[in-house]
Amino acid sequence: MSHFPRRQGWVIGLFALLIVLFIATKLIQPGYGSGDFGSLARAVLPYAFAVAAQTVVVIAGGIDLSVAAMMALTSVTAASMMAGASEEYALFVVPFVLAMGFVLGALNGLLIVVTRVPDIVVTLAMLFVLQGAALLVLGAPGGAAAEWLKALISGTVPIPGLPDGVDAWLPKALLVLIVCLSIIWIPLRRSRLGLSIYAIGSSELAAFRSGVPVKRTRIVAYALSGLFAAFGGLALTMSTGIGAPIPGPYLLASVAAVVLGGVALGGGKGGLLGPIVAVFVLRLVRTDLTLLAIDPNVTAIIEGAIMVAVVMFGAFITMRGRQ
Amino acid sequence: MSTSAITPVPFGRRVKRIMADRPLIPLTILLVILVVILQILRPGIVNERWIANTIKFAIPLAILAGCQTMTMLTGGIDLSVGTVATMSAFIMATQIVSQDPAVAFLLAMMPAVLIGLVNGIGVGVFRVHPLIMTLGTSLIGTGCLQVYQRTVIASGAKIPDFLAWLGTGVTSGFPNALLLFVPLAALIVFTLARTGFGRLLYAVGDNERATRLSGVQYWQVITALYITSSVLAGITGLLYIGLIKAPSLSLAEPLVLPSVAAAVIGGTSIFGGRGGYTGTIIGALILTVLTTLLTILQMPEGARRILFGLIVLFVTAAYLRIVEDR
Repeated sequence: MSHFPRRQGWVIGLFALLIVLFIATKLIQPGYGSGDFGSLARAVLPYAFAVAAQTVVVIAGGIDLSVAAMMALTSVTAASMMAGASEEYALFVVPFVLAMGFVLGALNGLLIVVTRVPDIVVTLAMLFVLQGAALLVLGAPGGAAAEWLKALISGTVPIPGLPDGVDAWLPKALLVLIVCLSIIWIPLRRSRLGLSIYAIGSSELAAFRSGVPVKRTRIVAYALSGLFAAFGGLALTMSTGIGAPIPGPYLLASVAAVVLGGVALGGGKGGLLGPIVAVFVLRLVRTDLTLLAIDPNVTAIIEGAIMVAVVMFGAFITMRGRQ
Repeated sequence: MSTSAITPVPFGRRVKRIMADRPLIPLTILLVILVVILQILRPGIVNERWIANTIKFAIPLAILAGCQTMTMLTGGIDLSVGTVATMSAFIMATQIVSQDPAVAFLLAMMPAVLIGLVNGIGVGVFRVHPLIMTLGTSLIGTGCLQVYQRTVIASGAKIPDFLAWLGTGVTSGFPNALLLFVPLAALIVFTLARTGFGRLLYAVGDNERATRLSGVQYWQVITALYITSSVLAGITGLLYIGLIKAPSLSLAEPLVLPSVAAAVIGGTSIFGGRGGYTGTIIGALILTVLTTLLTILQMPEGARRILFGLIVLFVTAAYLRIVEDR
């Protein structure tokens, strides 16, 4: 138990930061309530999945520049399939899109393993490919989403026996996020495969010599990344009701949150909880800046500066720790 | 290679050997093949004017790819070049209205130096991953540019005649931009191959620990490198605005990822320590011809991007095969 705080120190610090930010928000805007928290959770949803997608590959010692493009492609696919279709048809669309993300992610990994081209270049090339495919599927923003899908992330979860005041603080979007991430991440973390992912990120050579199937593990890591990105694409379609073929700012945001969340870019270290909390922190900072009535353009500067400062600070701490 | 050992094909092996020893040869062959395909698809398109045009559009890409080449030699990458180029171009176009050209030039280069300095300190002193650092500074730069745009929205913008001449002008068949590019390229090649700074870049990328133990001040090398890279990007911005003639807030952004691709196709290792600028120049030419080719085929935008991505991937993979077989 004694090493728990040390290992989880970064995440605990992030949680503290998040709470401080919530208090600050309440001070800035005394009316900040459960409804605003719900919209925060909805706004975080696509970002959180993008971050999860990035986290898996970064832990495996790689990087995925195609996350945002993958989200755009899955989002337009889902939106164009659901346009004009019945509500039940969406039951088929969701698994189809998720499978598509998984397969395309696996293709990323396969290309890296087979061609031996650096991951950064392969995913960069895939960024173009996926973006192009998204444009072919849907030339302009459009499509539709099934009503039950949209309803899935709006509103709150009624829990019997609890007063409404508490219920209101549990938005459905947050529950969807937690459920989707934990049904994949928790079993993975406890499995041999999860251990292999950490192992190849930590030291590929050592993992190989210990009998870890390095290539297969790498492919699976990218496939999982594709799966999370597909969740992100679905979340985009669910929250906007349409699909847009232009990738959003999710690549940069995902890398930023991964670093802020305490996952080392070299691989092998960190977990999923840190980056997810980091996303909430980054989004909440944005909310606060908006509430302070700061020019949105200045907000972009402040956000960037915070990101750079945090990353520098993190690197500094790591450097100190090593000495 | 194993199959060729069982059934020896001396000629084929010799060709492969030559190609591996001189990586420029396969790249040049690829470039020629692309031009030939173009000529077959549209007979008569390859003429003096087309060549001048292609070179004109390849030059900004080649300079930005030079930034990537140098940073990649140390195992880094500079993704802020697009923002830096856009900033200097936009500031130049708006400041020239009211300022003296020299003052406008200095104002335009200021953000470039500043961003380069911040990148260098972040990467060299704080040891932040270059990818993150340069993405972050480019985010900040874009924000600053948007704020700046508000302040100059009334004054309007204009493209200085000199930049338009440099960017688009052609003198007796040669694009004027070559006047800037040839000395610049020669300088980069010379610096990388013949000077101490160039050697340091290779050394840092090859084995950082060894260079530091040999008494090299790592942070000084890195800071100087990122400032150089940013200044080059700023100059590219000025050239590019003369070529495009429409100042916008995302002017040079579309060049960033192709510049990385050009350097990688040109044979520079993204992990550092290996590569050179001549290959990068041909890489930039290949990408420019490729873009023309895909435009001429009149494909939808989506299919064009898909093909672009696939070809970049394929060329890099094929190239790695050839070089690694040594």
